Amino acid sequence: MKTMETMKAFKEGKWTTEIDVRDFIQLNYRPYDGDESFLTEASEATKDLWQKVLHLSKKERERGGVYNLDTEIVSTITSHGPAYLDSSKEKIVGFQTDEPFKRSMQPFGGIRMAATALETYGYEIDKEVEKIFTEFRKTHNQGVFDAYTPEMLLARKAGIITGLPDAYGRGRIIGDYRRVALYGVDRLIEAKKAEKLSLNGTMTEDVIRLREEISEQIKALQELRELGKIYGFDISRPAENAVEAFQWLYLGYLAAIKEQNGAAMSLGRVSTFLDIYIEKDLENGVMTEVEAQELVDHFVMKLRLVKFARTPDYNELFSGDPTWVTEAIGGIGLDGRHMVTKNSYRFLHTLKNLGPAPEPNLTVLWSVNLPETFKKYCAQMSIETSSIQYENDDIMRPEFGDDYGIACCVSAMTIGKQMQFFGARANMAKALLYAINGGVDEKQKMNVVPGIEPITSEYLDYEEVAEKFDVVLEWLAELYINTLNVIHYMHDKYSYERIEMALHDKDIRRTMATGIAGLSVTADSLSAIKHSRVRVIRDEDGLAVDYAIEGEYPQYGNDDDRVDEIAKELVVKFSKMLKQHPTYRNSETTMSILTITSNVVYGKKTGNTPDGRKDGEPFSPGANPLHGRDKKGALASLNSVAKMPYEHSLDGISNTFSIVPKALGREEEVRKANLAAILDGYMEKEGHHLNINVFDRETLLDAMERPEEYPQLTIRVSGYAVNFIKLTREQQIDVINRTFHESM
Amino acid sequence: MEGRIHSVETSGMVDGPGIRYVIFTQGCLLRCQYCHNPDTWDRKKGNAVTVESLIEDIKKYLPYMKHSGGGVTVSGGEPLLQLDFLYALFKECKKLGIHTTIDSSGGCYSVNPTFQKKLKQVLEVTDLFLLDLKHADEEKHKTLTGVTNKHIKEFASLLSKEDVPVWIRHVLVPGYTDEEQDLRKLGEFIGTLDNVEKIEVLPYHKMGVYKWREMGLQYELENVNSPSEEEVIEAKQLLTAER
Repeated sequence: MKTMETMKAFKEGKWTTEIDVRDFIQLNYRPYDGDESFLTEASEATKDLWQKVLHLSKKERERGGVYNLDTEIVSTITSHGPAYLDSSKEKIVGFQTDEPFKRSMQPFGGIRMAATALETYGYEIDKEVEKIFTEFRKTHNQGVFDAYTPEMLLARKAGIITGLPDAYGRGRIIGDYRRVALYGVDRLIEAKKAEKLSLNGTMTEDVIRLREEISEQIKALQELRELGKIYGFDISRPAENAVEAFQWLYLGYLAAIKEQNGAAMSLGRVSTFLDIYIEKDLENGVMTEVEAQELVDHFVMKLRLVKFARTPDYNELFSGDPTWVTEAIGGIGLDGRHMVTKNSYRFLHTLKNLGPAPEPNLTVLWSVNLPETFKKYCAQMSIETSSIQYENDDIMRPEFGDDYGIACCVSAMTIGKQMQFFGARANMAKALLYAINGGVDEKQKMNVVPGIEPITSEYLDYEEVAEKFDVVLEWLAELYINTLNVIHYMHDKYSYERIEMALHDKDIRRTMATGIAGLSVTADSLSAIKHSRVRVIRDEDGLAVDYAIEGEYPQYGNDDDRVDEIAKELVVKFSKMLKQHPTYRNSETTMSILTITSNVVYGKKTGNTPDGRKDGEPFSPGANPLHGRDKKGALASLNSVAKMPYEHSLDGISNTFSIVPKALGREEEVRKANLAAILDGYMEKEGHHLNINVFDRETLLDAMERPEEYPQLTIRVSGYAVNFIKLTREQQIDVINRTFHESM
Repeated sequence: MEGRIHSVETSGMVDGPGIRYVIFTQGCLLRCQYCHNPDTWDRKKGNAVTVESLIEDIKKYLPYMKHSGGGVTVSGGEPLLQLDFLYALFKECKKLGIHTTIDSSGGCYSVNPTFQKKLKQVLEVTDLFLLDLKHADEEKHKTLTGVTNKHIKEFASLLSKEDVPVWIRHVLVPGYTDEEQDLRKLGEFIGTLDNVEKIEVLPYHKMGVYKWREMGLQYELENVNSPSEEEVIEAKQLLTAER
């Protein structure tokens, strides 16, 4: 009966009779046009708790990056008893295991990965668990390798396709955790039962699979209810106030991270939803602003403490221990009202109350129509903390509506109605070298692409290279999609995301999210071949191993169409090639230009390139120009990236922008206004994503030398943020070498 | 119409209001001891660039200008050495509704009728002057820049008479331009002007020193450090005392 009472407190609509969180939000949220002056400082309890966290973080660093690991209990939604930082002070509770900072064991993705993660840090996996997951229970990883073809294995070994989620959880699925708060678990179970009942008639493979999946979803929801009980809550019913709404929602998310060690475990778009509960409590006089901020601070604190056990290989690709607890803030509704609420401010304000941090991955959905006060506040927080990323709501809204979130770094998806099959990325620069070398890998000297002849001329001819490059790209596109099909078939089969999918509709949009790395290096190489003369230097076996460039050539990052068009064409072309191939579950093929931190690893695996980049040197991250090549200033660099067509790269186009504070203007107010205007301009130019870092190079150099002085120094890299001191030295140097825009 | 250009910065945010497309012209008559762009001195170097191609490029940055209240700044070098170019460029900018600024030391100001006529034309299409006053004392000005400051003061007064908005800038170089009496004197002069919207004290920095080395020039201020924040604030108080 409580269900009915809660619902009456809000404006009723479609959401009252069906599962429709968006409808609830649109009918009940209050846009906030004011400024940040209402915000309050961290409470004493918050400060105490955060000190505990800092203390544990220090210990974690001292122990080599891991505080403790579970070696015996396989993590499930209900596997562990409750754990607290200090239960007398925490407003939001719940940890992944029975101890804060203790990482759980998750073998369903792959037992080898789980065991290696433990061994790396000096732990040993329980023999019984190892036996079960080796002899009796097959894992995702095993399934994939059972089905991989020799060609796939070769491509993987050569590094033309890497970072594939074939040994770890694919992640990038966002459960609609808000549903737990709004409806309570029982109502969600009822809805799922009805969905299952509706699936009858001819039992095709698709129908059988879905019936089985929904059964799993129902079980997961029942376990979620149990998880609530473990912490003393009855989450079978809807949340009745703000504290419950935060707690219920968090428990939904906690269930997901207890069960899935996905690469990115994003949160969605919760702040404006939760603001509705806070507004009601404030109005009823049962909550103060100080308490509201405390609630947000404690919730965010929990999100900062999400931990997974991962291997060094993995960390090399995605460094700094990221979890991509991405939260999307702001944006504009389909009815034209902006979606900034007081909670949008409160979430960003945690960067002040708790200090900067990489997680949650705070993502502002930017529109030129956002209120100016909010724009300025965002800019101010970026200048102070370098912890925010921005994505263009004006180009995403037409595609995804006004209730989408960001999975991982840049991938937009409608919450509860869409998921993706994460596909890592293909190495464009290496593909170009294959075109020159007849499919032979320049580093490993083995033939990877069958049936193409090497180029033998002394100087590279643009037409000839372009023609051969097309052949390699066609081959790559087909192999890439096939490989992803294998991976995602197996992931669904052996490591299905039960609880996350339980918080989705029955019929969902699925994308096959491919990606490319090395865009700038490839575009510059082609530009060098086209606009200057590139002489090939071959080794004794006739393999092209180096290139001598005669003359100058236009470089990507200077708003010069002669090369920017080459980059753009490559994006359009490869994206179209990928779309030609059939995909698992009829998913819609999309593409991203995003490398995360793998631009360093990709560079390592790729030989000398015709643009003058040397063997082993890092690529630029995402769609960025190569550092030092963008010579016409920050905006020219932004304009080049903004030309990359979003409609052909719907999974996102990442750009990381670093600027020294002084270059933004002489006064604080001016700096804020200018930074906000840069964002407005970039979005108007239809740029998709922008990471903003504001600091001096000296700060980073100092942090390298004295990491202990910078425990919270946060820096945005491709699509996420990291604790600078958690990066490998190699990656730190890469970050420092990147272009820091200064003024003349 | 062509201008002699040293380089272009697409995102200037310290040379006038908002985000600005800054054109650094080639050629200057002053030889300031602390100059951070000595590579812009020689009038024969640089590239000849047409107004048309500059305007085409400028258009790409209109959204940033619009959202920041920015525009185009011509700096240098000494822009006033190329009055015809300035007029042609700014006339086109005005057609596009772009805010225009000249960053000048006034070092080539002259009462020559042709110069005066052309300057008046330029003033019609210029929204703001960033006027760099290097020193109040004539002798010290000569030592510091190689030229007198008489005509520069005349130029400042002309701008005041013509009611062209001006931001006064003064580079604070410890031991060279930071003496209290000189700053006071400069403040007094600024006090005689009616068109000053803002006074900026720019702390001396060494970011341009490498260019001197590259050009094989002797840099006299090698041992001078940047002023402290307090010194900058004090200097600003002195410069604004008479306003």
